[in-house]
Amino acid sequence: MTEPLLSVRDLVKTFAGRRSRTGRPGAPIRAVDGVSFDVGAGETLGLVGESGCGKSTTGRMIVRLLDPTSGTVTFDGTEIGGLSQARLRPHRRDLQMVFQDPYSSLNPRQTVSRIISEPLLVQGESAAAARKRAAELMELVGLIPEHLDRYPHEFSGGQAQRIGIARSLATSPRLVIADEPVSALDVSIQAQVVNLMERLQRELGLAYVFIAHDLSVVKRVCDRVAVMYLGRIVEIGDKAEVYGSPAHPYTRALLSAVPLPDPQAERTRERIVLLGDPPSPADPPPGCSFHPRCPKAQDLCRTERPLLRIAGPGSRQAACHFPEGPLPGGLSRDLPVM
Amino acid sequence: MILYLGRRLLAAAGILLAVCAITFTIFYLLPSDPAVAACGKTCSPERVAEVKVAMGLDKPVWEQFATYLTGIFAGRDYGSGPSATHCGFPCLGYSYEYSLPVWNLLTDRLPVSVSLAVGASVLWLVLGLGAGVTSALRKGGATDRTLMVLSVGAASLPVYFTSIMLIWGVVRTAGLLPYPAYHAFTENPFTWASNLLLPWIALALLYAAMYARQSRNSMIEAMAEPYIRTARAKGLPPRTVTVKHGLRSGMTPILTIFGMDLGGLLAGAVITESIFGLPGVGRLFYDALVRSDQPVILGVTLLAAAFIVAANLLVDLLYAYVDPRVRY
Amino acid sequence: MAPLLEVEDLKVAFDTPRGTVRAVDGISFSVEAGRTLGLVGESGSGKSVTSLAVMGLHRGAAVTGSIRLHGQELNGLGEKELGTVRGRRAAMIFQDPLSSLHPFYTVGEQIAEHYRVHFKANRKAGRARAVEMLAEVGIPEPARRVDEYPHQFSGGMRQRVMIAMALACEPDLLIADEPTTALDVTVQAQILDLIARIQQERGLGVVMITHDLGVVARVAHEVLVMYGGRAAEQAPVDRLFAQPAHPYTRGLLDSLPRLDDTDDAPLRAIPGSPPSLIAPAPGCSFAPRCARTTAASAEEHARCLAERPVLGPLAPGHQAACHLPLVPEGVL
Repeated sequence: MTEPLLSVRDLVKTFAGRRSRTGRPGAPIRAVDGVSFDVGAGETLGLVGESGCGKSTTGRMIVRLLDPTSGTVTFDGTEIGGLSQARLRPHRRDLQMVFQDPYSSLNPRQTVSRIISEPLLVQGESAAAARKRAAELMELVGLIPEHLDRYPHEFSGGQAQRIGIARSLATSPRLVIADEPVSALDVSIQAQVVNLMERLQRELGLAYVFIAHDLSVVKRVCDRVAVMYLGRIVEIGDKAEVYGSPAHPYTRALLSAVPLPDPQAERTRERIVLLGDPPSPADPPPGCSFHPRCPKAQDLCRTERPLLRIAGPGSRQAACHFPEGPLPGGLSRDLPVM
Repeated sequence: MILYLGRRLLAAAGILLAVCAITFTIFYLLPSDPAVAACGKTCSPERVAEVKVAMGLDKPVWEQFATYLTGIFAGRDYGSGPSATHCGFPCLGYSYEYSLPVWNLLTDRLPVSVSLAVGASVLWLVLGLGAGVTSALRKGGATDRTLMVLSVGAASLPVYFTSIMLIWGVVRTAGLLPYPAYHAFTENPFTWASNLLLPWIALALLYAAMYARQSRNSMIEAMAEPYIRTARAKGLPPRTVTVKHGLRSGMTPILTIFGMDLGGLLAGAVITESIFGLPGVGRLFYDALVRSDQPVILGVTLLAAAFIVAANLLVDLLYAYVDPRVRY
Repeated sequence: MAPLLEVEDLKVAFDTPRGTVRAVDGISFSVEAGRTLGLVGESGSGKSVTSLAVMGLHRGAAVTGSIRLHGQELNGLGEKELGTVRGRRAAMIFQDPLSSLHPFYTVGEQIAEHYRVHFKANRKAGRARAVEMLAEVGIPEPARRVDEYPHQFSGGMRQRVMIAMALACEPDLLIADEPTTALDVTVQAQILDLIARIQQERGLGVVMITHDLGVVARVAHEVLVMYGGRAAEQAPVDRLFAQPAHPYTRGLLDSLPRLDDTDDAPLRAIPGSPPSLIAPAPGCSFAPRCARTTAASAEEHARCLAERPVLGPLAPGHQAACHLPLVPEGVL
């Protein structure tokens, strides 16, 4: 791979524990605990995991809606993780975000024209040029440019999400962080938005970091997938490898838990049902954080935290002492991360 | 919990100290001379100077403030030699007007104000919450609309107007009740109540109107919660759903405002007491203002602040009891 | 044997400032003991309103039609009579267990309170029942946790508490309104397994309301697909997924990204958006989005737009409300 477009290294985000009413701060919560990955130009990386795994926090740190506690975010060769907001502004053009709830992320008192052209105005474009661009973008995302002067509430959920996408594309970014872009939408509308995002990627050469809890959607849109659990990546690799022969027991369980829209398959399918709920990031278990729920946990898992390493024939990495599936020569090659 | 209480008490002391300092400073900056006020209008300049020394007014302001503060805890003496008067703990100063320790004045007047506040608060809670909850449960109906129109009406009547109307209607014209005078509760509970009834009504009406609106909104909100639907889905009797599930969460926000309101009123309702001629703290405050009896003004201010701070603390503690999610 | 629950021509309408919303417009279905009916639809399809109407929990809505539980008509009963049915013979669980549980009462109290009412039991018996139910739904240390409050439980455990509460009085029917939508997928699997286990043990009839076709495929025996407040298609689960007759059902299945897909062809999305419930078009509510309508002859096209299709039988147990169904009409 040539120089990646986005390179995230050892990203950590610690939140002060929730203050109790006594004003005593709780223990710090490591929402993201050392996350590293690359995204190439025009590529889609899926970030999947259950609630509280840190996937959204990671996305927000990349676009600097949140400041990383430590670690680096390198975008197109520049370290942007520690830049001041002013120094960051020129890079904002290339780095945009789409949010989950289309309505609450669009200002209800602004017209669509204003919403879409906002990022351009911030970048110093003239109002007329910005409006022209907004009209183009409306058309690009499959909306009628004549509706530019309407307000968000006049659009359906799917259309509102198209507006959110149009806004993110205003500055012709090279990378879009999409945080659960379709999970608030109905099934029939979801497919429209997924198709739109795929088409835009082909036409504009966009790279996506696609954050979602829905494994089926991620499988559809991504080239590579990172599975997160309690602030860490537990498995990362090409989609085919991760979905085809998951190496981490958590990935396996996650995939087997998704109900398939096929009653016959559902009846015969073997399922790994995990016990309990995901633990709180405020109080992570020692060793491998997945061990309390892992069907194959051993003593080692309770004491030693596993690092990401190559598991399987390809480039896929898993953070597990006992990864699933046959390995070449029955050996796991210990390699440094990335 | 103990730790929390300790912090809150410390914070309360801080607030009271700040109130004390601010009030003290304001008085120091005022042009009127306390020594003149204390000595009387016919005083010779020599006498005023003497009084100044006796009261410690010749000293710098911070020293006066320190003396005042230590006086609260340790008592202090005014003047020296045989003419010295001792003001014991808790010494809030001497009233110029009454030549009595402020503390004694306050404790004398407090039962009147407390009687007025407590009685009125019971009345407005019953009226206000009753109307509010009834309205909420019949949202949109005729009862709801009538009650809300009435509450707007009641809220727009100033206390002095209602008071005067009550006196004119009930006492003067109909002669149903005597002109209010204060009788201690311990003396005769019935006389106590019948004399205070009109002031109670006058004071409660305004609050009842406010509480009706507040509790209506809060109850409507509570009854729209998903857990109310759950309670109904379980087949609980409608009464249980409303009272046990709705009312408890609906009334919780009322607790906060009630604490504040009652705390504020305990240190006297100036207008009501003045109109009905009740010798309460509010009346004392009014008189002191008119006569620039500074130690009294300072004392009442401190007392009011103390009540509000205490009411706040009490409300917060009660919250933990009502809402299990709140833990200290 | 008569079905446990029979709903016939259920209509639910709300008056709003913008007009009357026909949230449910003529739905019929039945549920037998030990069976699960999947009620599928997107937001605004009327599936949740249907479930609330069955329990008489709708507020300020005009409900017509018949709802019979064990042959007893429920529509038109007062709150008092309904009280003997709700929680006792038909119970309900909801999407968000945190807001559906009262934050101020212990889970034990919330499980026991209606048990005490329905069985005239005392506090001690109620509490014992709560502990027993918590154990049954798989909550560890039930005797200790019975005195805890909802906020002290995790999301999955809260939904277990809801289930324990719903089943405390041995109902025959359980209505589950999106019970796993707010939960993580690994926890969803646990809850679905729990409901299935309890259903088997008790012979419970279940109405599972969901937007997730995967959940339907896993748990349902029969499926009713709703669209715009009306029934689009009804069929046994295998048949529905193998041979969907309504273009909407077909469209839903096609637009779904699937874990078991092998190709990466674009998803076949359904164009357009769901219909208005305030001024429904006279014809088929799906017609404006329907590929078959578009492709049909002018005469058929006009019929789709003008005439409202009724559920017509296609095969035993399989009905679709469509003028142009995807499978030829079978002989009954």
